[in-house]
Amino acid sequence: MLGYIVKRLLQSVVTLFVIITVVFFLLRLLPEEGYLGAAADKMTPEQQEVYLTNLGLRDPILVQLGNFYLDLLRGDLGKSITYRTDVPVIDIIADKIVYSFAFGVAAVALSIIVGVPLGIFMAQFKGRWLDRLGTGYIVFIVAVPSMVYYLLIQVYITDFLNLPMLFNEDKPITWVLPLISLSLGPIASYAMWMRRYMVDELNKDYIKLARAKGVKERTIMFRHVMRNAFIPLAQYLPATILLTITGSIYIESLYSIPGMGGLLVDAIQRQDNPVVQALVLLFSSLGIIGLFLGDVAMALVDPRIKFGKGESVR
Amino acid sequence: MGLYSEEIRNITDKSSKQLFEFAVADENNAEKIGYSNYSYWRSTWKSFLKNKVAVSLLILVIAIVLFVLIQPYLPNQKSPTEIYLDPETGYQARNVPPNEEFWFGTNSIGQDLWSRIWAGTRTSLFIGVVVAIVEAIIGITIGALWGYSRKLEAPLTHAYNVIENIPTTIVLILMSLILRPSITTIIVAMCITGWVEMARFIRNQIVILRDREYNLASRTLGTPSYRIILKNLLPYLISIIMLRMSLAVPYAIGAEVFLTYIGLGLPVSEPSLGNLINEGRVLMMSPDLRYQLLFPSIVLSVITISFYIIGNSFADAADPKNHV
Repeated sequence: MLGYIVKRLLQSVVTLFVIITVVFFLLRLLPEEGYLGAAADKMTPEQQEVYLTNLGLRDPILVQLGNFYLDLLRGDLGKSITYRTDVPVIDIIADKIVYSFAFGVAAVALSIIVGVPLGIFMAQFKGRWLDRLGTGYIVFIVAVPSMVYYLLIQVYITDFLNLPMLFNEDKPITWVLPLISLSLGPIASYAMWMRRYMVDELNKDYIKLARAKGVKERTIMFRHVMRNAFIPLAQYLPATILLTITGSIYIESLYSIPGMGGLLVDAIQRQDNPVVQALVLLFSSLGIIGLFLGDVAMALVDPRIKFGKGESVR
Repeated sequence: MGLYSEEIRNITDKSSKQLFEFAVADENNAEKIGYSNYSYWRSTWKSFLKNKVAVSLLILVIAIVLFVLIQPYLPNQKSPTEIYLDPETGYQARNVPPNEEFWFGTNSIGQDLWSRIWAGTRTSLFIGVVVAIVEAIIGITIGALWGYSRKLEAPLTHAYNVIENIPTTIVLILMSLILRPSITTIIVAMCITGWVEMARFIRNQIVILRDREYNLASRTLGTPSYRIILKNLLPYLISIIMLRMSLAVPYAIGAEVFLTYIGLGLPVSEPSLGNLINEGRVLMMSPDLRYQLLFPSIVLSVITISFYIIGNSFADAADPKNHV
């Protein structure tokens, strides 16, 4: 068990290393104006050259890579250029991470609390109106690009309930809509998978045996079906985290929540390369951590998983 | 008593002289083989037709595609990119609400929203379909090699574990940052991320199928690998391939909306649903102008939901287990 976790952890570290390196090389392909900022127009080409050399962008690429890793280990992510000139990127992100983290955790929690029971009820009342309603909801959320319903919620529900349209830290009522919007996608995926696994499980022979024995329907549902259906669900925790990351890019900039997703949009639009680079690294690391946690959770809850035997592909 | 006598009478009724003659062996009849007029595609189509919702959505999608293609040639259509002027004032006809001349109104610089929506749908559908086809080609090729070749299995699995760890959104952002925004680069960026899922699905199915007896028999008879993959394995996967392809279309349309939103999408001169929604978003603070957000949103939702439902029910229909 411990061996599996250590092995999986090593794998994640290797992946992280590969990704950081790939991202580093990709970002070197970005237009160099992204390092010059607003001053670019006033500089002569020679001055630009000196400026870029001072930033270390004219060194051989492997030296740059080495320096980049050294800086990374020291926690130095460079300085912002256009977003907040000359402020260290790490400080900018530190301010924002609290909001994103709070919204992310709340959204994941909410989606489990709502999505899992929804899936259970849909499986229990399969083919009835609740199931149909839930399926309609899932189809809508999965098929339609999230941007569309985020926007419609922001426009029409704030109007309908007479709420302020933008996030305001001091008014908790403005936290509600972003949070709900952020959870809609994960709720749908939890409900969908929970329903599918419950239905699969309900068709198995041991359930028939339990019914034939006269075990109460409630006991079957909670003791047998749900426990088994929960196991594959653990795997979707990382997917939820990824969904929340993507969602936060929209939601935070739509409601002007001062978080990292909004920052990414801003930094891209202002061509602030160091900020973009730092955020890309951060988001990919989050993704890797999420998948790692998902695998560990899966191994913890499912005693049937064999450890250390070959490579597994989900 | 009556019962017995009736049965006896029946036997005498049925018996005839013929039954007591020797049968003649017929060479031609002996060579005849059993034949069932089962056709895979006809059965698929038949069971697809049973799903009324999916069929009506399919008709709707076909109608939309046809309309989008012929719309520019219809009479009384305006150009999607021309800026129209108000004849009375001579200024740009900005934000004109829907009326007889501009059926869906105009946008903030005086372009006709009706023709922009259909031009945008054309662009978005084009992106979606191309992405789906390219993804299918790359995904099937790599997935088949990954699942079938034992030498390639380990390296491809390692590569997959790395690729899968990167959030697709991030790759999408990076690729569009590096490549300049245009339809081609958007398609390239989406294909770079999109084939992975398809390859994984194909691989998992092929691993299950490759060692079945009929393939073993085929191999021992000396069938080349490519033929086994093409003739023995892939036909089993039609259902899953069609499903992934039809889901790729709404995904690609959504990704285009996303890229446009973060400022990496197509230039405004090239109308797409992403562009239109983004233009509508800018104006959503004033309730009178929300039609500019609502119209493209409705078209987009109808198209994506249709593809999703059609894909799912077609995948069900294409599964031979569901055939009669």
